[in-house]
Amino acid sequence: MKRSFPLVFAFVVGFLVLLAEFIPHRPFNQLTSTLENWFMIISGFAILLGQISLIRVNSKIIAHKEENWQYHLAGMISFALMLLFGILWGMREASGVLGNGEDLARWIGLKPFDYLFTYAYMPLSATVFALLAFFIASAAYRAFIIRGFESNLLMITAVIVIIGRTSIGSMLTGWLPESLSFWHIPNLLILSWNTPILQRNVPF
Amino acid sequence: MEDGVSGYTMMAYDLIENTAAGEVVLISFDYDPSTMTEIQPMAEAQIEHAFKLNQKIVATALWPMGVQMAEQAFNKVLLDYPDKVDGTDYVNLGYKVGGMVTIQAMGRSLPDVYPTDQGGTPYAEIPMLQGIRRLKDLAWISSLSSGTPGLKEWVMVARDSYGVPVTGGCTAISAPGFFPYVNEQRQLHGLLGGLKAASEYESLIGRIGPATIKMDAQSVAHMLILLFIAIGNIKAHLIRRRKAQ
Repeated sequence: MKRSFPLVFAFVVGFLVLLAEFIPHRPFNQLTSTLENWFMIISGFAILLGQISLIRVNSKIIAHKEENWQYHLAGMISFALMLLFGILWGMREASGVLGNGEDLARWIGLKPFDYLFTYAYMPLSATVFALLAFFIASAAYRAFIIRGFESNLLMITAVIVIIGRTSIGSMLTGWLPESLSFWHIPNLLILSWNTPILQRNVPF
Repeated sequence: MEDGVSGYTMMAYDLIENTAAGEVVLISFDYDPSTMTEIQPMAEAQIEHAFKLNQKIVATALWPMGVQMAEQAFNKVLLDYPDKVDGTDYVNLGYKVGGMVTIQAMGRSLPDVYPTDQGGTPYAEIPMLQGIRRLKDLAWISSLSSGTPGLKEWVMVARDSYGVPVTGGCTAISAPGFFPYVNEQRQLHGLLGGLKAASEYESLIGRIGPATIKMDAQSVAHMLILLFIAIGNIKAHLIRRRKAQ
């Protein structure tokens, strides 16, 4: 019952929404509108649930001093700070319980929440994503080795895609006339082979 | 076609370029700071392009941090357009949870989904939104997206269900997944895929922006990866030859 009821409920609701697409009249259109509102409200609660789950999971790891618990502690402190600053002085136009924090904003240039977001969260987040470049470089060194026909094709494809994403790629074949633009490196694989291959997940 | 500008970028540019002044358009900020290096230049370029043509911009976000991304992009472009007024020329309606369902609800009624803007001004009191009741009232939609919910959801609902022209931008790595939507049915009116497309867009609107500047770094990094591939292959070839001997 605990498992089957939510499944049956989800199925019935999904079926009703599907039905409303084919019968856009009362009561189905009203029903869909109501269900949309429900969904948005439930999604809002899901964010709260996520935060509770985050606290529970991390607290457990910190309390038991599991492996790398220090990182979890740092995460929890960061989370608590952002939450606290948001509640106390608000963010952007919205004010917090202690007002707008004009004095603090005058001192550091922004509200404390916005300051942390702009000067800590944003650069850290962009840096972590940028680290992917190192993984890609390392993977390229190991993965694109010619071992056979298929791996040769993969390597040629990769090289063309990589060159095509640079200014050099455009320069190399930019002189081609419009009628031969198919052979222009940036267009070459993206227009013809690459998309279907990626879409169909053909394993090499 | 402009030299070095891909067809996808040109298509996205043409959609905005061919929209009349005074039309209300929507840019959805469906990304967060992790991908802002690639996507933020697209946002700035599209805002500037729309401002240049006196189009009115509605900013929304399907990602919580998209709100801050929108705010930063507007603040930067507004330095060159100080006469643009919040509520008259642009408005930030903020983040709304729910992804695709939210877009569906926006298709039925925008004021129901966004009763106020970010600053708390009621929808009915925002001058530029008078007469804008649902997605169909918008001239075009651009989703700058780095995942789900994002561009795909806008295509599925706004374009396919409500017939509003949709364009967008995404990271280079996810661009191939969106190219099939740029088809005969125009499910997607062009696509800005990664920093290169952003730099192409900047060149089309005559702006030397962050994407153009960052392209040098990206080109060097890509050439470095090519060098690694070459070294890897030479090394593998030498090992194979040694084993054969």
